[in-house]
Amino acid sequence: MSEKTALTLTINGKDHAISVEPRRTLADAIREDCGQTGTHIGCEHGVCGACTVIVDDAPVRSCLMFAVQAEGKKIRTVEGLADGDTLHPMQQAFMDNHGLQCGFCTPGFLMLAVGVLEREPDISDEDLIDVLSSNLCRCTGYQNIIKSVRAAAQEMRK
Amino acid sequence: MAEPKKKFIGRSVPRLEDRPLLTGQGRFAADVNFPGQWAMRVVRSPIAHGRLKSIDATAALAMAGVHAVWTFADVAHIPPIPFRLTGLVELEPYQQRVLASDYVRYVGEPVAVVFADDAYLAEDAAETIELDIEPLAPVMKATDEPGPFDETQNTEPSVIVKSYGDVEAAFKAADSTITLELSVGRHSGVPLETRGAIGYYNEALGRLEMHGAAKVPHWNRDTMGRMLGRTRDDFQLFEGHVGGGFGIRGEIYPEDVIVCAAALHFRKPIKWIEDRREHLISANHSRQQTHRIRAAIDRQGRILAIDDEFFHDNGAYMRTHAATVPDLAAAMLPGPYRVPAYRATGHIRLTNKTPCGTYRAPGRYESTFVRERLIDAIAASVGVDKVEIRKRNLLPKSAMPYALNLETLGTHIVYDSGDYALLLDKALERAGWPKLQKEIAKRRANGELIGAGVAMFVEKSGLGPFDDVRLEVKPDGGIELVTGAASVGQGIETAMAQICAETLGVDYAAINVVHGQTDRIGRGLGAFASRVTVMTGEATRRAADKLRTKALMHAAGLMQTDAAQLDIVDGEIVRADGAGPSMKLVELAMARPGELIAEDSFESKHMVYPYGVHVAAVRVDAETGGVTIEKYVMAYDVGRAVNPTLVEGQIAGGLAQGIGGALYEEFLYDEAGEPLSVTFADYLMPTAREVPASSILITEDAPSPLNPLGLKGAGEGGTNPVGAAIASAIDDALQRPGAIATLPVTPQRLRAICKMS
Repeated sequence: MSEKTALTLTINGKDHAISVEPRRTLADAIREDCGQTGTHIGCEHGVCGACTVIVDDAPVRSCLMFAVQAEGKKIRTVEGLADGDTLHPMQQAFMDNHGLQCGFCTPGFLMLAVGVLEREPDISDEDLIDVLSSNLCRCTGYQNIIKSVRAAAQEMRK
Repeated sequence: MAEPKKKFIGRSVPRLEDRPLLTGQGRFAADVNFPGQWAMRVVRSPIAHGRLKSIDATAALAMAGVHAVWTFADVAHIPPIPFRLTGLVELEPYQQRVLASDYVRYVGEPVAVVFADDAYLAEDAAETIELDIEPLAPVMKATDEPGPFDETQNTEPSVIVKSYGDVEAAFKAADSTITLELSVGRHSGVPLETRGAIGYYNEALGRLEMHGAAKVPHWNRDTMGRMLGRTRDDFQLFEGHVGGGFGIRGEIYPEDVIVCAAALHFRKPIKWIEDRREHLISANHSRQQTHRIRAAIDRQGRILAIDDEFFHDNGAYMRTHAATVPDLAAAMLPGPYRVPAYRATGHIRLTNKTPCGTYRAPGRYESTFVRERLIDAIAASVGVDKVEIRKRNLLPKSAMPYALNLETLGTHIVYDSGDYALLLDKALERAGWPKLQKEIAKRRANGELIGAGVAMFVEKSGLGPFDDVRLEVKPDGGIELVTGAASVGQGIETAMAQICAETLGVDYAAINVVHGQTDRIGRGLGAFASRVTVMTGEATRRAADKLRTKALMHAAGLMQTDAAQLDIVDGEIVRADGAGPSMKLVELAMARPGELIAEDSFESKHMVYPYGVHVAAVRVDAETGGVTIEKYVMAYDVGRAVNPTLVEGQIAGGLAQGIGGALYEEFLYDEAGEPLSVTFADYLMPTAREVPASSILITEDAPSPLNPLGLKGAGEGGTNPVGAAIASAIDDALQRPGAIATLPVTPQRLRAICKMS
């Protein structure tokens, strides 16, 4: 189709030198070219949010961004949340509150919630539900996700 | 004392599944890669009904990196996809081929596949393939007269009839008759992970493999093996993580067969990952039915007979579920009520839409909606309250076990246990029904459109006929539990580990549950029909009991005592009186290598029947047609909850899907058969905004007498009556009994209803 472009993606502090077509989505580049398959692809049109990653401190849908647009930016994915064996408070809260079932949407919810709470640690409950309604989950019915994020928010404020 | 450590059944312990899923270490279908793999892209019919005259792939084949294009001629030797359940012979001519031959029958039907170096390229190539299709008139409504399917068959493959009692006599003797026409819209499971399959010919082992298996790996292995000329020795299926099942995932679809056939033919790994648009037009749809139902009643509103004629829209072909959904709709319609005479006549009709299969509470979401609408109509007709009318008609506890005189899924329906009236009382108490009624009256007086609804239902679960479990104490101290069941994300590893841990006397975290791997156990029935906790759970209990006996026997020899004097507590073999020496189970395993293995099976001819009550309170906005669910209570008797938090998770998740079908989700088509719901912007699934905080009451008043733990399945009770409960509440809010006759109650529909007044 078109010439490949060499670029470097910085994911969880590690540089990945890759060569991709300009049309390659960031989601595909993270998964296929950098081998970080924790970021999932659920719809490829920016609705479900399963592919949410944090780019320069903002949660973004990696299916709606081209890999070439992410060069020089700091990308964080689910693989970078835990500190060794110690889970991030958000991961721990999802485990404690049965915030996941099949786990496919979970990385997207984790990155969405972490990204938002890092920017707005005191987010109101109303706004929090608004934020969480931007991703889709088909298993949990959301209540335990909301509970998990509330619990993690408390923990993260400590 | 160690006593608390022995108890795992009934405790909400954390899931064993969570850690890899939370840390990005899951292995879903798209995460599976083999060196040198080819990507497969499916070319799908853009026409709902037509004669396929030719396919021109010249341009695609000329592209660098494109290896092959297959059309029907390349797969003509592969038979149509057979039925897994309820496979009536007369339905067989309507089975789907893996690629269309001379006709196309729905938009999305696979007509060709492209194999290329990567997915982007395969998609580019697929777009260049030219199809010459002569359009034919589509059949779009199951309630219209049947049209031609091919030269010899029409679009009504079968009419199923289920009945008992003298329906005609009951209608003659009735004080009055209630008649309704009710419809449920086309919607489906739509898991967040789309489908995917990777075919791999493992040269080193001389075997064909399919990765990305789900739900029923053994059945699929055996069946696809027959289709492709492979045996259970040289064809294996592997289940990784599965991103939601809900009935639709894991059935054999054309793409699964093609990746396997292509891997075998080309000796290359073939990877196919579905995109979302493909999913919405090609994975099983479900639910679409129209019922014309009549009830014969006496003056008090007691049911004398029910006569239901319904039209089941199965889309373009009969897939693996064959007649399962209409069969269940017909068989489960009577629900928790005494219905002295009953007849259901179900027209299985094909239309030029995506083919259908099961979706969580298949047939019951539909028939509960129909039955509960009917009960509400009876209440309105005789002028009694919707709770009172239900009490008048409920089967009493003394009627249990209750043989319904109907069959489904090859089993006689016998409600094994239940106290329906008790659960109704408990649900109403949880909902604060009298207070709720007062609040509603007050707010209604202030002009708000607010109302409450109730729906009751009987579920089915634990379909047999068997399940096997193999347990082994490994030299590293871990205990491996191998089952032919499957995980679709519901938590079976944890639940099985809990049952095993309590029976054996070890920590549940020591148990490694292996599922969905056809090379690890000879047979297995997988995960459907809320069967795993019941069937695999009891097989687990039996195998663990056997292993325990065996371990104590071996230990007794080594410890020079009688096995009856020994117990296993937290993985340690101790004397029951607490005195003397002890040894760890793992030490025994090392002392007796290969001995601490046990296998057992559970066989069951009957399903077990959990039951429930949902109570909903809603507010209607007449201007926008919007519905806000203000309160939602779900009471469900599951006999015995192995892990209450997981049961609640099933129920809460089921509710969200039920709400989707009640208010938002619908696969729409234009009159030419063009699908209109092909993205998540058109097919609206509930988000955290639409799903209310709900109140869940799990009860254990009616343990099943059919297994020693009293288990019943919990997977579908959150979904089953949601359409019914919300419709009842909206009627009440509008103060117009029977206003809601069609699901989903979209804003457009509700606004039109509000304007009609």
